[in-house]
Amino acid sequence: MSAVAFDGVGAAYGARLVLDGVGAAFRAGAVTGIVGPNGAGKTTLLRVALGLLKPSAGTVLVLGKPPAAWSREGLAKAIAYLPQGAEAHWPVTARQLVSLGRLPHRAAFAPLSAADAAAAEDALARADAAQFAARRMDELSAGERARVLFARALATGAPVLLADEPAAFLDPAHQLRLMDLLREEAARGAAVAVTLHDLSLASRHCDEILVLKEGCVAASGAPAFALSDAALAAVFGIAVTRMPDGAVVPSRRL
Amino acid sequence: MGAGAAKGSGVTTLVLGALLLGGFVLSFLLGPSHLGAAALLEGLFGGHGAASVIAQQIRLPRAGLAVVVGAALGASGAALQGLFRNPLAEPGVTGVTSSAGLGAVLALYFGLAAVDPWLLPAFAIAGALVSAALLYALSRAGAGAMALVLAGVAIASLATALTALAMSFAQNPYAISEMVLWMMGSLRDRTLADLAFAAPLVAAGIALLLTASRGLDALTLGEDAAHSLGVDVASVRGRVVLGVALATGAATAAAGAVSFVGLVVPHVLRRFYGYEPSRLILPSALGGAVLTTAADVLVRLIAPDGQLLLGVVTAMLGAPFFLVLILRLRRDA
Repeated sequence: MSAVAFDGVGAAYGARLVLDGVGAAFRAGAVTGIVGPNGAGKTTLLRVALGLLKPSAGTVLVLGKPPAAWSREGLAKAIAYLPQGAEAHWPVTARQLVSLGRLPHRAAFAPLSAADAAAAEDALARADAAQFAARRMDELSAGERARVLFARALATGAPVLLADEPAAFLDPAHQLRLMDLLREEAARGAAVAVTLHDLSLASRHCDEILVLKEGCVAASGAPAFALSDAALAAVFGIAVTRMPDGAVVPSRRL
Repeated sequence: MGAGAAKGSGVTTLVLGALLLGGFVLSFLLGPSHLGAAALLEGLFGGHGAASVIAQQIRLPRAGLAVVVGAALGASGAALQGLFRNPLAEPGVTGVTSSAGLGAVLALYFGLAAVDPWLLPAFAIAGALVSAALLYALSRAGAGAMALVLAGVAIASLATALTALAMSFAQNPYAISEMVLWMMGSLRDRTLADLAFAAPLVAAGIALLLTASRGLDALTLGEDAAHSLGVDVASVRGRVVLGVALATGAATAAAGAVSFVGLVVPHVLRRFYGYEPSRLILPSALGGAVLTTAADVLVRLIAPDGQLLLGVVTAMLGAPFFLVLILRLRRDA
């Protein structure tokens, strides 16, 4: 079943239409990769699902209900969100930062419970960040910070995980580790949607691909189909070389 | 976090508490009348004679107000720095201090302060609430943190200009000297009524700031991520603006514009309590009380004749600190 469903969704910043008639679904238990050129509306699609932006047309359903019909806490427990280029604005410790992911589970003024602390530790370990749990965010490298910020989103333990370009800043090994983690979340039953610029990560590690271009769905479906030569030529204007293991490497501009 | 930081913060709290107690007693014992500690203490709890008048009507309000004013400024600064995610924020950037000062100056200009002693603080609070209401309306209309800072700066400039205007047109030299007192901040000649007026408002303001503390922590991740964690970001902004208006407005109504306490205290305490905004609000209230009490004691030690104003001392200590802070931030960036 689709955990997040978009039907004919339009969205605009002021007079500028950013999404136009988007129909898409993020299935529970699957990793959906969202690809598309800069400015295609990938981030906007996630923001509409989060209720950060009201759709100007169409409907969005998160676990069967539109975002506006959810309570704040309910929606926060339902969707974990990792914004693009996320940063910590104060140099708190990695552990403190990851604990923020448990905020939706905590009653007002209640301290961090043992269960919350355990969930934070588990998320740190899964993101391979446990070794710098006690270090301050400003003492970590960009890639290490990205892992901690990703752990923060994992710590919420939500049935829907939306990650906006989580692979940026990560070294190749940690990019692969990130995709494994996303797959683990999907195996746990979560609906995972992730925006990616790396076509190989998208084609090899995602169950489904949503290709956006200028606010519209250009292609969607299984990676082999959605990332076909014709689709990539139409959307990105590129030709690609395909490796036997499924990797897709841009070779030249058309 | 860790046990080490928690232990360090516990020790810091104890030290600050001890400093506050010592400063309060010193402040209470310090003054032009040469009464001994025993006589003053007896006067505080007894009901007769010069000692009781001095202890109850002069020393207690002054020492108490230093605590209340400092707590308001420290907590306001900590909350605002959390809201704007910027260590350079302080109550002055919201325009609340200048507007409260303008309210007080207008009450003096129109001679209302002589009609009823309650009118001056009432005008100061009204001034603070007007600027807070403007900022609150802006934040409800969707203005971001940057727009709020710019609006605060505009409000502060306007209030300062109107204050200067009132001073240029004031006929009465006595009123002018009173106005200066308000603009620079002073705890001289305060009464128990001032303390009774300021304390509950400051307490209410700090309580409102505390309700926003978890939202301020979430803002460490940015506004979109805070929203995704179930935080009503607009409501957090509104509560901080109103809380600061109540606390800082009441403090300014009682003591005038005491600068730099709200800037310096949270910054210094961050290294002991960590960077989470929620952990800093109450310690900053305590630290602000210590700093203001110490500055007020210093004022009286340097110039027992009462010619030195509290705001002058805090600004003279605070401004160099501010410059060093800016240089350090540049180097880190």
